Amino acid sequence: MTEIGLGHYLTLGAVIFTIGIVGIFLNRKNIIVILMSIELILLAVNINLVSFSIYLNDLSGQVFTLFILTVAAAEAAIGLAIIVVYYRNSGTIRVEEIDKLKG
Amino acid sequence: MEISIIALPLLASIISGGFGKFIGDRNSEIITSFLVTISAILSFVVLYDVIFNEYQDNIVIAKWISSGSLDVNWSMKIDPLSAVMLVVVTSVSSLVHIYSIGYMSHDPHKPRFMAYLSLFTFAMLMLVTSDNFIQLFFGWEGVGLCSYFLIGFWFKKDSANSAAIKAFIVNRVGDFGFALGIFLIFYLFGTVNYSEVFEQIPNIKDKNLIFLGIDINAIDLICILLFIGAMGKSAQILLHTWLPDAMEGPTPVSALIHAATMVTAGVFLVVRCSPIYEYSELALNIVTIVGMSTAFFAATIALVQTDIKKIIAYSTCSQLGYMFFAAGVGAYNVAMFHLFTHAFFKALLFLGSGSVIHAFRDEQNINNMGGVWKKLPYTYCLMIIGTLALTGFPFLSGFYSKDAIIEFAYLRGNITGLYAAGIGIITAFLTSIYSWRLIFKTFHGEYNNKNIKIEETHESPLVMLIPLFLLSIGAIFAGYTFKELFINQGTENNFWQNSIFFLEPLSTDHPPLWFLLLTPTLVLLSIPVAYYLFVKNKNLPKQIAEVNKPLYDFLLNKWYFDELYEKIFINPSKKLGLILWKFFDVRIIDGFGPDGIASFIKKCSLKANKFQSGFIYQYAFVMLVGFSALLTFLIVK
Repeated sequence: MTEIGLGHYLTLGAVIFTIGIVGIFLNRKNIIVILMSIELILLAVNINLVSFSIYLNDLSGQVFTLFILTVAAAEAAIGLAIIVVYYRNSGTIRVEEIDKLKG
Repeated sequence: MEISIIALPLLASIISGGFGKFIGDRNSEIITSFLVTISAILSFVVLYDVIFNEYQDNIVIAKWISSGSLDVNWSMKIDPLSAVMLVVVTSVSSLVHIYSIGYMSHDPHKPRFMAYLSLFTFAMLMLVTSDNFIQLFFGWEGVGLCSYFLIGFWFKKDSANSAAIKAFIVNRVGDFGFALGIFLIFYLFGTVNYSEVFEQIPNIKDKNLIFLGIDINAIDLICILLFIGAMGKSAQILLHTWLPDAMEGPTPVSALIHAATMVTAGVFLVVRCSPIYEYSELALNIVTIVGMSTAFFAATIALVQTDIKKIIAYSTCSQLGYMFFAAGVGAYNVAMFHLFTHAFFKALLFLGSGSVIHAFRDEQNINNMGGVWKKLPYTYCLMIIGTLALTGFPFLSGFYSKDAIIEFAYLRGNITGLYAAGIGIITAFLTSIYSWRLIFKTFHGEYNNKNIKIEETHESPLVMLIPLFLLSIGAIFAGYTFKELFINQGTENNFWQNSIFFLEPLSTDHPPLWFLLLTPTLVLLSIPVAYYLFVKNKNLPKQIAEVNKPLYDFLLNKWYFDELYEKIFINPSKKLGLILWKFFDVRIIDGFGPDGIASFIKKCSLKANKFQSGFIYQYAFVMLVGFSALLTFLIVK
């Protein structure tokens, strides 16, 4: 059994990141899925940061991760709040129907 | 004093044109008439000085253009020639001003009308008093402009507008030649001042030029080009078409501009340039031929026209032809004499016809008049005087001047001279016939107007009759009084001094007696003939017209000049204009220019518009792609 090294962690991060990106584009239904995808992207970044922090023996990476988690939580809260308000106003959160930016 | 002759009409025009609204109609009329009348009185003083004290002067008012060797002044040249013109212009103009007070009494735009009249007088005075070709050209264009304003004075009438534009455009054709002539003069002599140009003329007698691939004598070319300008302004054959149409303007305008003054500017130009014309046999022959053709052709048309003003307009055209062929046979002084007398009797006829038109409430067709001589006694008498003077009835003014022209043409001795004399006699007979036709149809016979009753026709007010009366004095006595002065140049006391130049002195012989008596006899004979034709036996002219239907139509349609020009010039240029508009302008200029650029941008914007779908996930994608591209770029670099 091979030892789990930096490469594996980075691969995991890249995979999660890609899932997040693809999740944003392929998703046609629910705007909450986009929010979740963004969450995934942030997590992928966190994994990278933690891995490098261990690998380089530098704590600042883990400190950063904690900050990012906090911000992500706040962001998720605000994002969900916006979605709730939007649903209240327009009665839908289907991605195809949200095109008010078109003007 | 001399300068105020020019300045007063300008002042009058400014006051009436600029402040007419504030000072009111009546005041504008009084001020303009008053100032122009003063100017007329001063002109008479100047003429008196010129005649008795041999007064001559060249007053420089201001420097105008000074560029390299070109030196042009605003100036006032006073010599016998310009003094005579001053008197003609200002006196007729002042009478027309006064007459207009009555004639235009129902018009709502009196100050504007008076301002144009005064402005015209100013421009005409600039023309006749200039001492160089540039100021002459300024006046020339100024009178053209005022003529345009006044023909189109009733701008709500379509026909008046198109007549005004026609006059303007036909004159531009002439001015093109005129301007080329002035350029050529400057090119050859390096100056445009009369005195310097005329001095140098003999030096270039044998100089030849290549013009449009033709090898031609320089003096001939100058004369011909200047004469083209004169033809346009003086409505000579080929460029005459604007004059009859110009009768759309108010009648006082026709009297002032299209009879007495502006149209004689061409004759004045030829006489003023006599030092040049004398050296060009070719140009003089052309002037003679054009003059006599015009005299004859206009007279034939006048025979069949039915509009009272158009008859007189063609008559003017014909008389201008007389003046030109007088100048063409070298008798410049006689041309001036006829110009002088013509101004009086033609203005009289026009103003008289205006009085008739006024009486019939704007009826101009002579077939709808008749039998009113008892109702309009003064107008009738004055019109008779004008007609007698025009036809050259013995001892009235036209008699002296017209017969002198025919005599001098005869005395010239060459073929064109004799030919011109013959045409002149025939034309004199025709002139007499159509003038009496006008009188008989207007005043005699049965009353023919269905629109107003004979009791309602009324004599014109005094303010219109007095100018007529004064003009009739001129029409009767101008010939007799000034005959000796204007024509007699063999004697010691030469009135014209150096303002008219003769290479060889005019012949002082007298033509045979039968020749002298020929014209007056024909003129006298024509009166009973006309009476018989147009009052006694009215069916005869109709029968003649029916028998000679093609000829009658030919004359009625004015020799088909308008139709010919329509075919040759107007339609092709219309087509060319249409092509330039529809194809060149719309397709090419607009197609690639404004419209093309606009539609291209529109297309691009429509494409760019698609980017703005409003879907968040697409925006995010674009952001990501952009970010990756930027990152890749930074890493690779």
